Amino acid sequence: MKLLIKNGIVVTPEGEKKADLLIENGRIAAISPDIREKCDVLNAEGKYLFPGIIDMHVHLREPGFEGKEDIESGCKAAVKGGVTQVCCMPNTNPVNDNAVVTTYIKNRAAEVSLCKVNPIGSITKGQNGESLSEMGKMKAAGIVAVSDDGKSVDNSYIMRLAMEYANDFGLKCLCHCEDKNLVDGGVVNEGYNSTLTGLKGSLRAAEDIMIARDIALSESLNIPVHICHVSTYSGIEIIRSAKSRGVKVTAETCPHYFVLTDDIITTYDTNTKVNPPVREEKDRQAVLCGLKDGTIDCVVTDHAPHSLKDKQVEYNLAAFGISGIETSFALSYTYLVKSGLISLTELAEKMCLKPAEILDLEGGKLVVGAPADIAIVDIDKKFTIDGSEFVSKGKNTPFNGYEVYGVVACTIVDGEIKYKV
Amino acid sequence: MLRHKDLLGLKDCTAEEIYEILDNAAQMKKLLNSDCKSSDMLRGKALVTLFYENSTRTRSSFELAAKYLGASEVNISVATSSVQKGETLIDTGETLDAMNVDFVVIRHPMAGAPKLLAEHVRASVLNGGDGMHEHPTQALLDMMTIREAFGKIEGLKIAILGDIKHSRVAMSNLFGLTKLGAKVSMFAPKTMIPRAIEKLGAHIAASREEALEGADAVMGLRIQLERQNGGLFPSLSEYAKYYGVNDGVLKYAKSNAIVLHPGPVNRGVELSPQVIDGERSLILEQVKNGVAVRMALLKLLNEYREAHV
Repeated sequence: MKLLIKNGIVVTPEGEKKADLLIENGRIAAISPDIREKCDVLNAEGKYLFPGIIDMHVHLREPGFEGKEDIESGCKAAVKGGVTQVCCMPNTNPVNDNAVVTTYIKNRAAEVSLCKVNPIGSITKGQNGESLSEMGKMKAAGIVAVSDDGKSVDNSYIMRLAMEYANDFGLKCLCHCEDKNLVDGGVVNEGYNSTLTGLKGSLRAAEDIMIARDIALSESLNIPVHICHVSTYSGIEIIRSAKSRGVKVTAETCPHYFVLTDDIITTYDTNTKVNPPVREEKDRQAVLCGLKDGTIDCVVTDHAPHSLKDKQVEYNLAAFGISGIETSFALSYTYLVKSGLISLTELAEKMCLKPAEILDLEGGKLVVGAPADIAIVDIDKKFTIDGSEFVSKGKNTPFNGYEVYGVVACTIVDGEIKYKV
Repeated sequence: MLRHKDLLGLKDCTAEEIYEILDNAAQMKKLLNSDCKSSDMLRGKALVTLFYENSTRTRSSFELAAKYLGASEVNISVATSSVQKGETLIDTGETLDAMNVDFVVIRHPMAGAPKLLAEHVRASVLNGGDGMHEHPTQALLDMMTIREAFGKIEGLKIAILGDIKHSRVAMSNLFGLTKLGAKVSMFAPKTMIPRAIEKLGAHIAASREEALEGADAVMGLRIQLERQNGGLFPSLSEYAKYYGVNDGVLKYAKSNAIVLHPGPVNRGVELSPQVIDGERSLILEQVKNGVAVRMALLKLLNEYREAHV
């Protein structure tokens, strides 16, 4: 099976170049100008060939919460967003803390056959923070990392054991950093806007303390660690300082942390409720700066779809999370590349290459021999975000009405077209 | 004429609207003080009090205000524990709408709940207190009491002492008083001061004495015992010693300063018994003004409804 993509601009690790790209047996066979081949041809004139996005922080909700999302709807949303690989968090019901659940997810993903689905196992059984999950068996069944996402492993000793044990199986701990006691039921960033709205705030320190702890464990044990969805300027400073002395720490952030500030909470729109909360302008600026200087390695979505009934309630009762996988490319392109902060090639590094490196996955770059995972994007095409048009079951976005650039026209996974406008 | 269907907070009110409410409340007080406390201004209208938290004075004050103006009223109590399990707030609101209720007074432990309700009902929603957010009718009655005592609010210094962080009364007073040109000085343990409140126009005093220095009105806020269990302060007696208002501290305020409290008072904690029962205390006048303010609001919101709804 061959497919030739003509006349596009290919975003390679070395930069953008106008070239044709030939796919053969699911892999990239050639990238060069003016390839001639007798096979199906896709004309990408005026469009960019971006590496298939690897979103390493996604909630697919299945098994257990199919009212919010399932593997099929989540994968449909992914390929619409140019995402060719997702890593799905284990906070399902039952929790993905054993090989049976891992296998179920892998099997469902294979049936759906849209994007690649890499499950993440839980660190502790039932995410109880107490006893380790069967990481070895889950690894054999297909997990690519471990995380108790949604909460921290409160007990530092258990976290130490988890990092050591996971490392034996080549698994990284992806750390959701939150000191639950300090959060004390807070639902928004603690600051001017929490006082103004009367919504209970959560200090930056609640995130920073756990970032610092997990980095301290990583440094003491000499075991790599990955920090999830960084949102605070001070947390970024902790990571920057650790990196500068050689600690093996990597970090991610999400579009809502570099686009929004907590000024949006004053409407009490529950679609703005997310954990960690969106913070203040100096945090937003620090996230941008961290992305620019490499302190923050990658952009993920923390795609957290919810049903309407989870959000159409009092702010305190509403579920945390943003349905983000269909808007992440456009928001990232608009606010990071079009704004002049980084190049398109650097964005590909943040959204594709780095996640592949952090989790040791194949893909993430457009080079000969790599899997043919490609997002063909119409980069200058403008659109207005409208959650009601999402294919994800979760319509919960705080970005309704935002005008952004970059429409995914076609998504190719292992050489097969899985989405086309 | 008010600009909104609802009264959700003083944050969204203009100074003109606040004065309009206070002027109307002064008129209503005359009716309230008359032999025949009865008007047919709201005849045929219905008010529901929907309380997700306990209340005695706010609820009865609203109910009496409605009765004095000829409206019928019904109260619905919802146990806090059922908030998460039972009917959603939106469903409850739509149910009340279906019964052609004109006014809903809601008290709810969560900030923003009255706004959520207001967005989903035709009835006018009055915020009877939402979480740590606002309690606008309490602040209005406080302002009415201050205005009666001094003939004005602009230029006065109001000292607010107590659990500012968890007090919707403090927030509504801060929004309202600063809009009318008063200076608001606050004092409490740091554990009870919300972040960045200075940006809303409050002055956070370094001591009780500084907070009260030259104050025209001194407002104590109720200290809730559960805050002690939450570790915000070590004991009621220590609180009273360092943060309470007694006659010795009150000397720093102006000689004609008045003392206010939203009630119910913990005697000997936030205010000493001598202060509560002293001649400067207008705590009972506040209660009376509460009814007048609520009568005025019902009248004004009814006028809005007749013009717009």
